[in-house]
Amino acid sequence: MAILFTYKKNILITTSLLMLFSVIGAAMVGLTFTQTADDIKHNEKLTLLRQLNTIIPAEAYDNDLLLDTKTIKPSPLLGTSEASLVYRARKDTQNVAVIFSSIAPNGYNGPIELLVGVYTNGRLAGVRVIKHRETPGLGDAVSITHSDWILGFNDKSLSNPDEKHWKVKRDGGIFDQFTGATITPRAVVSAVHDALLYFDKNQAILFSNKPGAINHSDNLGKTVKPKQPNSNSQPDQKNHDR
Amino acid sequence: MTDSSLAETLNISKSGLWKNNVALVQLLGLCPLLAVTGTVINGLGLGIATLMTLVFSNSIVSLIRPWLKSEIRIPVFVLIIASIVTTIELIMNAWFHDLYLVLGIFIPLIVTNCSIIARAEAYASKNNIVNSALDGFMMGLGFTLVLVVLGGMRELIGFGTLFANAQLMFGSMGESMTITFSENYPGFLLAVLPPGAFIGLGLLIAVKNIIDKRQSAKQPVIIANADPVVS
Repeated sequence: MAILFTYKKNILITTSLLMLFSVIGAAMVGLTFTQTADDIKHNEKLTLLRQLNTIIPAEAYDNDLLLDTKTIKPSPLLGTSEASLVYRARKDTQNVAVIFSSIAPNGYNGPIELLVGVYTNGRLAGVRVIKHRETPGLGDAVSITHSDWILGFNDKSLSNPDEKHWKVKRDGGIFDQFTGATITPRAVVSAVHDALLYFDKNQAILFSNKPGAINHSDNLGKTVKPKQPNSNSQPDQKNHDR
Repeated sequence: MTDSSLAETLNISKSGLWKNNVALVQLLGLCPLLAVTGTVINGLGLGIATLMTLVFSNSIVSLIRPWLKSEIRIPVFVLIIASIVTTIELIMNAWFHDLYLVLGIFIPLIVTNCSIIARAEAYASKNNIVNSALDGFMMGLGFTLVLVVLGGMRELIGFGTLFANAQLMFGSMGESMTITFSENYPGFLLAVLPPGAFIGLGLLIAVKNIIDKRQSAKQPVIIANADPVVS
């Protein structure tokens, strides 16, 4: 009986010791988390904004890109299977451009995620690869960190070049391929072209400012009537923080 | 007393930096070592994160050693290490966000670096806090040095630069630190890819072994005592 008692007591001590360490560890992590949460959020915002600003320069718009967003339905033209976010740039309440994500499904090693910026006149503001698994040294040249190839899309539109030439050179188009890697640029070119088609069809929806449908709108199921982008509801104007 | 503690300090330093180097001798933590050493700065970043983890985990383990029951010591070590790494990850995310983005998954993966739990078990749970912290520091420093040297080799051969992206760690001051040796360097892909990391590490280990051999040749008496198998 006495042995059983000490045994139980031992377990109790051991368990509470383990629990004590768990609580201390959790408290440490929790404390750091609350202390750094604001900084981290701020960093993430800055990183995103910096990325968006490489596509549409900060001088070109005067609203808060990160707040003037809208959720759009998945579309085969964008290669998206989930709702995605579109950032709208406006200046003096005039629409300037949108940035939305697009996925090239047929990269060499899987999907390539792009950010595509388009001005209201259908001209490309710029394209950036934000996530890819292409071969290092070959296909990864689509990324701005490895080459300037992606800048070749700047100022292109559906009519420049025409439909027939929206291809890599090997397929009779105007866009360079890389030595030893044609599949990756081919995938990106076709994805950007589709993204432009999407913009062409949906421009009014992308810019529309339906009340209550600004941030993470819930009107996914409804058809949105194309309408003039109105200027009176600009929630972003008063939301400039920092 | 001071003599023996000085000797211990020297011993710990020598062991961590050279004789018992985590990467070159114990061959622990190779996954992050091979994965992030594409550039000097990446290697340095992960090295410092690992070093901090080692110092803190060794100190805490040494501090709680009187209350540690042997049957729960491993879970407690894991708890401590995981908490420290998560804390460091959050701090890096807040203060060195760009570097954090580059190192990505390899920061949380420091938890799985066997060298940390190995030092807790083999050294910190048996020694006082000062020596344990020093041991963590020296082991971490040895690991960091290998990461930096390997990163330097791969960056130099692979990209023809050194200290590229130093601004990730040193802010705007770092932008002028990048050394480009040739503007038109075509790049050497093998060095950038994982096989380059293996080859580089193999070369480093070989160099260390050569140096060790040279030294032991100078002191034949000591090696005869230490390693009687060699005939």
